[in-house]
Parts: sequence; structure tokens; C-alpha cells
Amino acid sequence: MDSFIVISLIKIVVVFAVLMTTLAYLQWVERKVIAHIQVRPGPYRVGPHGLLQPLADVIKLVTKEDMLPPYVNRPLYLAAPFLAITMSLLSISVIPFGPTIDVAGYRTWMQLTDLNIGVLFVLAVSSMGVYGIALAGWSSNNKYALLGGLRSSAQMISYELPLSMAIAAPLLVSNTLSLRELVERQSGSILHWNVLHGPFPQIFSFVIFVIAAFAETNRVPFDLPEAENELVAGFHTEYSSMKFASFFMAEYANMITVSCMATLLFLGGWVAPWPAEYGSSLVPVAIFALAGVVALYHGAHPGRRRDRITLPVFGVVFLILAGIFLLPRVQEWLIPLFWFAAKTGSILFLYMWIRGTLPRFRYDQLMGFAWKFLFPVAVLNLLVTGFLVAWFS
Amino acid sequence: MMNEVPISWFLTLSAVLFALGVAGFLFRRNIITVFMSIELMLNAVNLSFITFSYQLNQVNGHLFAFFVMVVAAAEAAVGLAIILTVFKNRGTLNIDDVNSMKN
Amino acid sequence: MSVVIFLIFAIVAVVCGINVVVQTHPISSAVSLVGVMGSLAILYLLLGAEFLAAAQVIVYAGAIMVLFVFVIMLLNAGAEAKRGRSFMVQLLGVPLLMALLGLLAYFVQRLYPPATAVHFGGFTHGTAQDVGRALFTTYVLPFEVTSILILIAIVGAIVLARKELE
Repeated sequence: MDSFIVISLIKIVVVFAVLMTTLAYLQWVERKVIAHIQVRPGPYRVGPHGLLQPLADVIKLVTKEDMLPPYVNRPLYLAAPFLAITMSLLSISVIPFGPTIDVAGYRTWMQLTDLNIGVLFVLAVSSMGVYGIALAGWSSNNKYALLGGLRSSAQMISYELPLSMAIAAPLLVSNTLSLRELVERQSGSILHWNVLHGPFPQIFSFVIFVIAAFAETNRVPFDLPEAENELVAGFHTEYSSMKFASFFMAEYANMITVSCMATLLFLGGWVAPWPAEYGSSLVPVAIFALAGVVALYHGAHPGRRRDRITLPVFGVVFLILAGIFLLPRVQEWLIPLFWFAAKTGSILFLYMWIRGTLPRFRYDQLMGFAWKFLFPVAVLNLLVTGFLVAWFS
Repeated sequence: MMNEVPISWFLTLSAVLFALGVAGFLFRRNIITVFMSIELMLNAVNLSFITFSYQLNQVNGHLFAFFVMVVAAAEAAVGLAIILTVFKNRGTLNIDDVNSMKN
Repeated sequence: MSVVIFLIFAIVAVVCGINVVVQTHPISSAVSLVGVMGSLAILYLLLGAEFLAAAQVIVYAGAIMVLFVFVIMLLNAGAEAKRGRSFMVQLLGVPLLMALLGLLAYFVQRLYPPATAVHFGGFTHGTAQDVGRALFTTYVLPFEVTSILILIAIVGAIVLARKELE
């Protein structure tokens, strides 16, 4: 019993540390990606290629003056960011990152806990996240914040419906609510992933899920309630320093949760596209080796003088990583983790790509799209999936 | 012993919450708070249903609680629409002041 | 362990319930009601009702109460004004209520001696499969009737809340 508690505590610490670092560096990746879409360099001064920029941002946010305006509703004002960040971080506790592993003699899942109702737990926690935004808008005692908060929460609950329908369709195919079993039923190859397998390949559900997820997390093209040039700053107008950072972190944590759910439900979790016997374990080695070689090549003729040092260092680091992926001891847990991270990373890249490309919807267009188009399509998709699953079983 | 809760404690909690709901329903003037007391009563009844389902080792109590939840959702939607209409026509949410059909 | 969890969340539920009834501004009552529903969801987990616990949070706390919070924010009618109450009511109200509750609790304890003990894992038929099977075999008629009820409620709410066409 106590080894279970100790292992769980260690897992919590590891997952929390990795999640916090990923949140910080996700913002760096987003700024770099959007910058390169807009043909400009992005942050590149603070540290090599701007890698210390998240650290600088954290220091700035923490040392800013933490104002408590006197006209706000104090209990709700203080509770709202707390609620937002708690609900966002809670869903990571049921996401499986890989199969069972052996650590120093103990067999354990690469997951904090596996619930029988894992999918419902994630849905429940994301429904509670709406309160953080609505209460923040209300308690700020400011008409822009109230409008932004109301619009944002109305948008989130409107898109929860197509999201739930899009989640229900692969559940009909996989016949389980537990996230670990969901992935284990998709094991095999890319032809067994839910998006390409089963009586009705879940491509439509995947597209509906991604669109509804964009609206759930208040990202472009659905980010009118928090756009800077539309409503001052939406529901977080009156927040500063750490409370503002909480909302910020909550948005990125929601993005990560939703991308993890997309990989688990549709893209097969940690299952490699083709089985390991045919060499899929060499793919990460190849990718990192290629990155290392490219970095070393550009290090020989750099564009800036300081890159003569930083690029070869990155090249060597990438080659060491490629070597680590060849060790058989770490392969059993590192390869599934790599595939999971690669798929989640692709969906996060899709988020940033769309942010740099599409304009935003007007609010009435957004709500009309949810109720008049996306919801009927999601219901139709669920009906067709259910019919075909019943027909072929 | 620390691992087992007597089932009567759950029923007592359900009774207490129900009584609080009745008190709120009878004593409050604001129509929305009255409505929320009704929801509190429905939740207390749900707890009772699930407790009895545990005692009789059947799943039927869960089904009853599920239907109570669904009916509460429908009732909340229509009730809040009525409240919005009352506010639009009378300008007040105080149930003592919505009495122009009396006398 | 189960006793500790029950006591903590029962006390949270009762305190939030008292808060619902006592607070003057409806928004504080609404947030306290969300607290009641959350702690009741945990108590449902203790009773083995895992699907109902998730449904409670998703439907009740995450949708119905959001609707309440929206209406309160939109109407913005403010806190309730305090009305004068007679001295007798203020003096004897709460003690009489406590006495009534004590009597109620005593009789409940008398009628249900603690024969059945509740602990985690004591009831295993509350999974989604069991609830779903019962819902679609034994209770399929109420299921269909409630779906029509929801349709009626949706149509009614839309008709009541739309702007009148001049």
C-alpha cells in the first residue's frame, strides 16, 4: 500500500514538472511558429534562439504589482483564476502517456490513475472550467469584462454539445469509457487507429472534435471574447500579475488537454503507425539524427556570429538524443512516449498554424455556426456511426 | 471501523439538505433563490435514491436519480425563461411584488 | 478513510446549503449551490455511483447551474432587501429549526440501525454499462418520454424568451 502511495507521489511530481515546463515552452513554440508564418524571426535575443524567453516572461509576471482593485467582488475575484487553473490541470491526471513500465522492480502505468469513466471525468472537469471565466467577468465590476466573460462562457457551453457528440462516436466504436482501454483497443498499426478503422472511419468526428475544441479553448478563429482589439482584454481586464498568469496558463493547459484527448480518441495514443518489428523504432532516431546533422551543417556557415557556438551545441544535443533512442533499456517506455508526444505536438502545431493564418469569427457568426451547422452535423455523424456499428456487430 | 460509514448518516444528510431547501423555498423573497432551493431539494432526493440503491444492491435507484436530473434540467430551462419574462414585464424579482392579479 | 471523506464532504455540503439559503445576493447562493452539487458528487462516488457522479457534475453543476449564473448576471437585479421580522421569529427561529432537525435525525437513526455499512467498492453495479443496460431495457419507456419532455421544454423556453415581434 505505501509503495503505491510513494510511486503515485513520484509520478505526480514528474507529470507536474513536465507539464509546467511544457506550458512555458509551448508559448515559446507558438511565438516562433507564428513569427515564421509572418516571415519574421520571433524572439531570438533572450538566450540562444529566444529559449530563455519563457523564463523572462515568468519573472516579469511574478514581479509585476499585484493589484486588488477596491470595487471588485472580493471572494469571487480571488476564486475565479484559482478555479480556472485547477480545472485545467486536473484533467491531466487521467491521460495515459504510455503502456505499463517497470521502474526499479515496480510495475506501474504511465498514467496517474485510470478511471472507469475517464472520458466523462475530462468532460466534467472542462464543464466546470466555464465558471472560472464567468465569475471572473462578473466579479470585475467592469462592463467590458462582464460582456467578455458572458460571451466567452456562452461560447464554451454552446460548443460543449458538438464536442460531446464528437466524443461519443469513437466511444461507440471502442465500447469503453476508460482512456487506457481506448488506446489498447487501437493497438496494431495506423489502420487500427479510430480515425481509419471500424465500420465507420471516424474522420468526420475528428474534424468536428478539432473545430469544437478550438472553440472550447477560446482560440483563433473563435477568440473574439478575449481579442485585444475588440473588448479591451475580455474577462481578464482587471487581473494583473499572477492571477493573469493563471488564466494564461489555464488556456494553454486546456489546449494540451484537448490535444491529448484527440490523440487518445482518434489517433491511437501511443501506438506507432507501423509495428516495431518493421523498424518504426528507428523513426525517432532518424528524426533526431537529421536535426543534429542540419544543425551542425548550419553551424559551419552561420547567419549570425553567435550561432557559430549555439548551433553546433544544439547539433551535438540532437545527436545524443538520437543515440539515447537506440538504447534497448529506455526504448520500451521512450518510444511510446515519443509517438504520443509527436501526435499531440502535431495537433498543437495545428492550433498555432491556424492562429497565424485565419481571421476571427464575429460573435453571432460563431454562435450560429455552433447551433445551426456543427451540432446537427455532429448528431448526424453519431447516428450514422451508431447505425453502422449496430449493423456490423 | 474507520472504513465504514453507517448508511443512516447518508439519509440524515439527505433530510438535512431537504429541510434547508424547504426553508429557503418558504422564507426567501427573490424568485431565483426560491428556484435554487427547489434544486437543492431535488439534489437531496437524489442522494436518498442512490443511498437506497446501495442498500438494496440494485441499480434502479440510479436510474430514478438520472430521470430526476433530466426533469430538473428541463424544469430549470423553462422556469428561467418564465423568470426572464416576469422580470421583463414587472421589473422586479421580488415575489411579494408580483401580485397584480390579487383582489 | 471512508468516514473521513464522508464527514468532510457532508460538512461542506451542509455549510454550502446553509449558505444558499442565507446569502442575500443570488450569485453567492448560486456558487454555494455548485459547491453542494460538487460535494454530493463525491458522496455518490462513495456510494459506488460512478456514472451518476460524472453526470451530476456534467449536467447539474456544469450546465444547469451555468444557466442560473447566466440569468443572474443578465438580470443583474442586485441583492435582496432585508425585511423586518418580528422579534419572536428572530429569537426562536434557528433553535426551533435545530430541534426539528435533531428530532428528524433521531428518528432516522432509530428506523435504520447501521446494519449496512458504506465503503468504497461496496457497490459495483453503478458503472456506465449497468446504468446503460437498465436504461435501454427496463426503463426504455421513461427514457423516450423524457426525451419528448426535453423537446417540449426546449420549445417552451425558446417561445417564452424570444423578443415579441412588434
